[in-house]
Amino acid sequence: MTWNLTHDDIERIAIGAGILGTGGGGNPYRGMTRARLQLDQGHQLQIVGLDELPDDALVVPIGGMGAPTIGLEKIGRGDEGKVAIEELESQLGVKVAATVPVEVGGGNSFTPMIAATQLGLPTVDADGMGRAFPELDMVSYYFDGVAPSPIVMVDCQHRKVIIRDVSDTRMLERMARAMCVQLGGSAMVADCPIPVRRLRETCIPNTLTLAHRIGDAVLTAQHQGNDPVGTICEVTDGRVLFGGKVVDVDRRFERGYNFGRLRIAGLGAWEGSTARIDLQNEFLICQVEDEVLAIVPDLITLVDSERGNPITTEVVRYGLRVTVLGIPAPPQLTTEQALHFVGPQAFGYEEAYRPLERREAVGWRG
Amino acid sequence: MTLRLGIDVGGTNTDAVVLNERAELLASFKSPTTPDVTSGIRNALDGLVQTHPALDLGAIKHAMLGTTHCTNAILERSNLNRVGLVRIGAPATLAIPPFVGWPEDLRAAVGGQHAVVEGGHEYDGREIRPLDIRAIKEAAKSFEGNVDTLAVVGAFAAVDASHEKRAGEALRDVLGDLPLTYSHEIGSLGLLERENASILNAAVVDAARAAASGFERALREHGIDARLFFSQNDGTLMALDYAVRYPILTIASGPANSIRGAAFLSGVRDGAVVDVGGTSTDVGVLVHGFPRESSVTVEIGGVRTNFRMPDLVSIALGGGTRIHRTGSLRLGPDSVGYRITADALVFGGDTLTLSDVAVAAELATMGDPSRVNSLDRSLVSAVLTRVRVTCEDVIDRLKTSADPIPVVLVGGGSVVVPADLAPASEILRPANYDVANAIGAAIAQCSGEIDRVFSLDQHSRAEALDIAKQMAVDEAVRAGADAQTVEIIDIQEVPMAYLPSSAIQIRIRAAGDLVLA
Repeated sequence: MTWNLTHDDIERIAIGAGILGTGGGGNPYRGMTRARLQLDQGHQLQIVGLDELPDDALVVPIGGMGAPTIGLEKIGRGDEGKVAIEELESQLGVKVAATVPVEVGGGNSFTPMIAATQLGLPTVDADGMGRAFPELDMVSYYFDGVAPSPIVMVDCQHRKVIIRDVSDTRMLERMARAMCVQLGGSAMVADCPIPVRRLRETCIPNTLTLAHRIGDAVLTAQHQGNDPVGTICEVTDGRVLFGGKVVDVDRRFERGYNFGRLRIAGLGAWEGSTARIDLQNEFLICQVEDEVLAIVPDLITLVDSERGNPITTEVVRYGLRVTVLGIPAPPQLTTEQALHFVGPQAFGYEEAYRPLERREAVGWRG
Repeated sequence: MTLRLGIDVGGTNTDAVVLNERAELLASFKSPTTPDVTSGIRNALDGLVQTHPALDLGAIKHAMLGTTHCTNAILERSNLNRVGLVRIGAPATLAIPPFVGWPEDLRAAVGGQHAVVEGGHEYDGREIRPLDIRAIKEAAKSFEGNVDTLAVVGAFAAVDASHEKRAGEALRDVLGDLPLTYSHEIGSLGLLERENASILNAAVVDAARAAASGFERALREHGIDARLFFSQNDGTLMALDYAVRYPILTIASGPANSIRGAAFLSGVRDGAVVDVGGTSTDVGVLVHGFPRESSVTVEIGGVRTNFRMPDLVSIALGGGTRIHRTGSLRLGPDSVGYRITADALVFGGDTLTLSDVAVAAELATMGDPSRVNSLDRSLVSAVLTRVRVTCEDVIDRLKTSADPIPVVLVGGGSVVVPADLAPASEILRPANYDVANAIGAAIAQCSGEIDRVFSLDQHSRAEALDIAKQMAVDEAVRAGADAQTVEIIDIQEVPMAYLPSSAIQIRIRAAGDLVLA
C-alpha cells in the first residue's frame, strides 16, 4: 500500500488524531495546516505500509516535544525535522528510508510526514503509542529497555542537541526535557533509526489509517446530522463513560509536568453524579465517586458533546459540555513489559490495570 | 431624569428604544434599515419623536448602538481597508505564513501585504531574536501607498508586548499616523487566530468609523448630547473610542443583544432564547443572564479567529419566509425581507409568507386578514407544524439536559412560533418582545478582559490571580462600568505543560453596570 494524502485525508487524520491524542499530542489544527501547505507547495505526503519496505531499511521515529500552549503561539520554522534527520544521518553515517510517528495523537501524527516529504521520503503507517503519552520513554519501540540513543533535538534557530550513550530511556527523557525547556519549551526530536524488521515487532501498526477512519466517521456523521459521538464509539470500539459540564479545572505543576484534575457534573443520564479525570499532560484516569471507569493505558478522550470534536488538556475549561469516551488500548500497550512503562504504576497510581473491555458497560450512547 | 437610547441596526429593521433610569421602556420605533447607517438611525429617531411627542430627547445621556456594519463589510468584502501586516517571530513561525487558510477574495480585499521579521519572545519573556527594526522599515517602505491601516503581531506578545510597540513606532516613523492594531490588545494565545483577528480588526477600521460618526451625527442632529457606546459579542458595552479601536469585537453583537434583551424583559436567567426576525431565526442560550459562549473556534467570513462569540444556531426562518406550495411543502429558505409590507398577501401582495399563515391562524394581526380567509386550513396547520418541529429541533440541539427549560420568544416574527414547544418548561413572550435587541443594547453591561501569561517564579498562583482580577476590573471600569458593581464573570487558567519552571496563562472577564451620570 502506498497512499498519497489529499487535503480531505489530512482533515480526517487531524480529527482522528485529536481523538486518539487523549487530550495531548500537540495541536491538530496546526499540524493539519502545515501538512496542507506541503501539498500546496507541490510536495506529496506519502504513507507506506510496513510491508512495502525491506527488512533492513532504516526508519527514523520523529516528533515534536513541548507544551501544547507553546506550540499554539510559537509555531516552528518548518524544517526542524529535516535538519534533525540530516544531522542524525551524518552522526551515524547512514541513510534513512522513511519516518514514523512516535505518537499518532494530535499534531505529532503530521510531524513525521512533513519532515519526510522535505527529504523525499515516505512515512510508515504505524506509531509507538496508538495514542499520545507525555514522555519519551513511553514509546512501544523502546519497551524492551533499549534507549533510542543517540537522539537529535533541533529548535527553530537550528540549534542542535545530540544526546548519546544513554542506555536508560527514563534518563534520556529527563535530559531531553531539561534541554527542551532551555530551547523555549519546544523542540523537534529525532530518535535513533530503527530497522524495519525491528519496527514490525514493536510498533502499533496502521494507526494513521485508523485516525483517518475515525475522522471520516466524525465528518460523515456531522454532515448527515447523525450522532458523531456514537459513531466514534463504533469505529474505535469505545464507549461513553460520562457526559456533562466541566465545573472545575484544577491544575498544578510538579516535577516539570502538568498534573491536574477536572470535575464534570453529570447531565442527562449522569445527572446527580460527578466525574473526576486526572491528567498528566494527557488524561490518565476517569472516576465516578470511588469507581474507576477507565485508567491508562486505555484511552480517555474528551469530545464536544454536540459535534464530536476532540478537546485537548490545555483548552478544556469551565462550562464546556463534554462527553468522556473510553477506548481500549492497543494490545501492545497492555503486556506486562509495556505496563511497566505506560501502566498505572508508571504514573504513580497504586491500582492495578484493569482493561476497559472487562468492565460493565457504563452506558452506550443510543 | 436621564434617559438611555438603544439602537439596533439589523438586516431588515433599525429599532430604537428609550428607557428611563429605572430601565422602563418609554418609547420604541421600528424603521427599515438603510444602506448608510446614518439615515436609518435618523429615520428611527424621527419616528420616535413623531410617535412620542412628549419625549425629551435632550434628556438622553447614554446612547448604545448595536450594528452589523462591520460584520457585513467582512461578509460582503466591501468597504474594507487594505492592511499592512508585520509578524514578529522569525525564525520561529515561518512554517505557517500569514493569510494561510483565508478565502482568496477576502485576502484580495485586504491586500495581503505582509512581512515576517526577526524578533518576538519565548513563553518566559526571553527574546527569540532581537527585533529587526531595519526589516520593519523596509516593510514600511513597501507598504507605502498600498495600505490604509496597519497590524502588528508578535510571538508571545501576551508575555511581553515591547516588540509589538517598537515595531508600531518604526512603521509610523515611515508611514505617518496610520491606524494601527496591536495583537496583544486584541486576543489571547494562539498566534494565527490572533493574527487573523488583528488583520480583520485593521480591515474594518473605516467601516467602524463610518458607523460611529454616522451614529454621532444622527444624534447631534437631534440635539442629543450623550455618551456613546457600541455593544459587543458577549452582550456587554464598550465606549465609542474603544469600539473604534477594537471594532472586530462588535461582530456578533446583534444576536447577543437579543439574548440579553430577552433575559431582561422576561426575567429568565437560564433558558433558551428564540429570536425570529424577518429573514432568519437565531436560537441562543442564557446562562446566568449572559449569552452562552461558543466552545468551538469561530470563523468570521471564512477566517479562523479566537473571539468569544455567542453559541448560536441560525436558521432561515422569519416573518418574511416564503411558503412554497408547488410539489411538497417547503418553508424558505428565501424571504421577502423588508419588502414584506408590499409583497405579503395580507399587505395586498401575491407572495404567501409565514406572516400570512400567522394571520390566517389568528396568531397575529397585521394588514388585511380577509385576504387570507381562503387559505386551506390543512396548509396552515402543516406550516405551523413545520415551524414547531424546526424550533423544537434547534432548542434540543442547544440544550444540555433532557429536562425542559424556559424558552423566551422575541423578535417581530416570533408570533409564528407555537406557545407549547415540547422542550420548553414554559414559553415566555414578554411585553415589547419585538424590540428586545434594541433593549438589549440599551441595558447592556460594560466589561473588561485580561489575558496574560504569569511566571510562577515571581508570583504565587493566588497572587497572579489577584493581579489578573484587578486588571480585568480596571479594564471594565475603563470601558465605562461603575466600579461599585463590577463582578468577575469568568476565570480561565491555562498551564504551560511540560515545563519545570511554572507559568500560567490567566484569562479573566469582569463586567459591571454602566455608570449613570
